[in-house]
Amino acid sequence: MRLILIGLAAGFFSTLFGVGGGIVIVPLLLLLPRWDIRSATATSLAAIGITATAGVVTYFAHGEVRPVYAALVGLPAAVGAVGGTALQQRLPVRTLALLFAALLVAIAIRLLVQ
Amino acid sequence: MTYALAVLLGVVAGVLSGLFGVGGGILFVPTLTALGLTQLHAEASSLLAIIPTVLVGVWRQQQHGYVRWRSALVIGVASIGGAVGGARAAESLPEATLRKLFAVLLLLTAGQIAWRARNR
Repeated sequence: MRLILIGLAAGFFSTLFGVGGGIVIVPLLLLLPRWDIRSATATSLAAIGITATAGVVTYFAHGEVRPVYAALVGLPAAVGAVGGTALQQRLPVRTLALLFAALLVAIAIRLLVQ
Repeated sequence: MTYALAVLLGVVAGVLSGLFGVGGGILFVPTLTALGLTQLHAEASSLLAIIPTVLVGVWRQQQHGYVRWRSALVIGVASIGGAVGGARAAESLPEATLRKLFAVLLLLTAGQIAWRARNR
């Protein structure tokens, strides 16, 4: 039940404010069911994959996806994700949580000055 | 914006994605608009770019045993429903006010996460 609410909140806020679902999913998994940060981020990635696929199908039907541009940033990002997950295994949980909090602050500031 | 810079920003987005469990759209969208795409096309293409990024992230995390598939499925499917609601709400709610409230909520959340991390 809590997970359904987390998913609903993630989809709702990400569509309304143009922020990614992960920004909502990870903190809620950390704070409500009190998951550890590695499980929260890993599961968030899988959930985002499902949502993004549904979104792409919708946009594709409307002809709004530019696959070459998506590949231009998405394929390097796939390589970067290997580095990001490797780095995550090496960082202490506390450091990761503090860095994630900093990311949230940066996004909040961007939303406030937008 | 050169293509080389776009590729570099793509790599950075991927690192953030793997590190923090986000999709990378936060960097994809501004990069794609800087390359000349409209906001709508940038957001649509960003969603496509997110797919290989999170696939690789999930693959790596799976090797460490951190992906909880059932939960991910529940959250992901519910999120699609939430997105439909968000799209409806965007047309009728005062967006600027809500955005500020959401930003404050993010700041409070950041504070709580940091506080818990310090007291661990």
